[in-house]
Amino acid sequence: MELIKGDDITIGYDGEPVVSHLTFSVRSGDYLCIVGENGSGKSTFVKTVLGLIPPLSGQVVFSPSLRPDSIGYLPQKSMIQRDFPSSVMEIVLSGCLNRHRRLFGYSREERDKAESIISRLGLDKLSSSSFQELSGGQQQRTLLARALMATERLLLLDEPVTGLDPQATAELYSIIRKLQEDGITVMMVTHDIHPALNDADMILHFSHTGYYFGSRDEYFRTEPGLKFLKEAGHDHS
Amino acid sequence: MIIAEILSYPFLARALMVGFLISVSSSLLGVSLVLRRYSMIGDGLSHVGFGALGIASLLSLSPMAVTLPVVVVASFLLLRLSERRSGGDSAIALLSSSALALGVAAVSIGGVNTDLNAFLFGSILSVSKSDAWISFGVSAVTIFSYLVFYHQIYASTFDPVFARATGMKCERYTNLLAVLTSLVIVVGMRMLGSMLISSLLIFPALSAMKVAKTYLRVSVIAVAESVSAFLIGFILSYALSLPTGASIVIVHMCFYLLMMAAGWWMRKARTSV
Repeated sequence: MELIKGDDITIGYDGEPVVSHLTFSVRSGDYLCIVGENGSGKSTFVKTVLGLIPPLSGQVVFSPSLRPDSIGYLPQKSMIQRDFPSSVMEIVLSGCLNRHRRLFGYSREERDKAESIISRLGLDKLSSSSFQELSGGQQQRTLLARALMATERLLLLDEPVTGLDPQATAELYSIIRKLQEDGITVMMVTHDIHPALNDADMILHFSHTGYYFGSRDEYFRTEPGLKFLKEAGHDHS
Repeated sequence: MIIAEILSYPFLARALMVGFLISVSSSLLGVSLVLRRYSMIGDGLSHVGFGALGIASLLSLSPMAVTLPVVVVASFLLLRLSERRSGGDSAIALLSSSALALGVAAVSIGGVNTDLNAFLFGSILSVSKSDAWISFGVSAVTIFSYLVFYHQIYASTFDPVFARATGMKCERYTNLLAVLTSLVIVVGMRMLGSMLISSLLIFPALSAMKVAKTYLRVSVIAVAESVSAFLIGFILSYALSLPTGASIVIVHMCFYLLMMAAGWWMRKARTSV
């Protein structure tokens, strides 16, 4: 089933197109990696899918079963203040505010759900810890938990491993893989070739001259795919 | 004993109640303002408030009726300015000093009937009965809306991009903060003085952040700090005949230094374990 679809859309800022005639679709259960050089349209694409900027032409169509405002989004890390006083629990709970209707405080169910997500991501012992005192990997897992709180269907992760050490990176990838195996659709913007190579089923590659959208196996036979492999030191040809 | 003495004067009891409510609301708002890097807006607004107050007294208009709308409008203007990528801070500084200049000019044209000192540094005597009622209403509205929208204000402060992406109307909460801040500044300004009111927004949050690391604790400690500093400062000002605003700010400063030391000591204790 298609969750999100764009048919011949053009995206960009203030009337300036960044990517033109883009056609893509994300099916339920997919693992899509969004790759490409800086400034080629990855962030523009993310913002368009999130509805923060409108497409210049065409429309991003959501499946009726998916509300456009219930995408589990993990923003780029640089966008969050590092010294913000907040506990892990406070951050995770804030993920469900999009469906929150109560006047004061969170409901029992919301708290239970937050606790179960926190333990699913292995943060049990840290739920009342302060965010600013966590390691980079723990911080990302907290923000991932918040994204899951917003939805359990579709995650959109924007460069989730930036600044993490290799062990924390591997851990986060394995958590994301597990979530995807549990049926959560994953869209991930990444500079790192490994998830694209190992985990993804679909690739959306942006470059200044155009884009590629298709299966992973196909992608690594195309020119941009081979170039990406070569740059990452995986050139075995 | 000294408290009983203060309470026996109706105008002091009134000032005490107004100050208490303002301390609670300003500390709550301050936490979000400081975390959003909007501290300068509070400062700018108090200068604009002074300007409006000066002009109101020159034209013999009701001070609240003039300052409230002017400061609310200015808060939206200052918000837009602070979001500008370049030149926003200098624009705020220009607006502040221009408003201050207009106020000073207006007060001096007004002549003998107005006390510039009271406008700048506050006066307990200026809290009239109607002021007290307005202050009561404004503080009640501020505290109530802050509590109702506590989680939304938190979320849109912590990560506005995520909040917007999940369908939250962040601008609404920013505007709400701007209006509430203006209200508190206008109401608090007459007692604490326009030069000192912004410290009531900033000190509690900064002090609380030295010792607390979760949002709820920062909010609770900020309120506690703000209320205690107000009460101590108020009593000191009565006992030593100091200007109220100044003595409250001095107590805030002492609390800040104490909490800074406490925070340093807590960090040291944790790392040495």
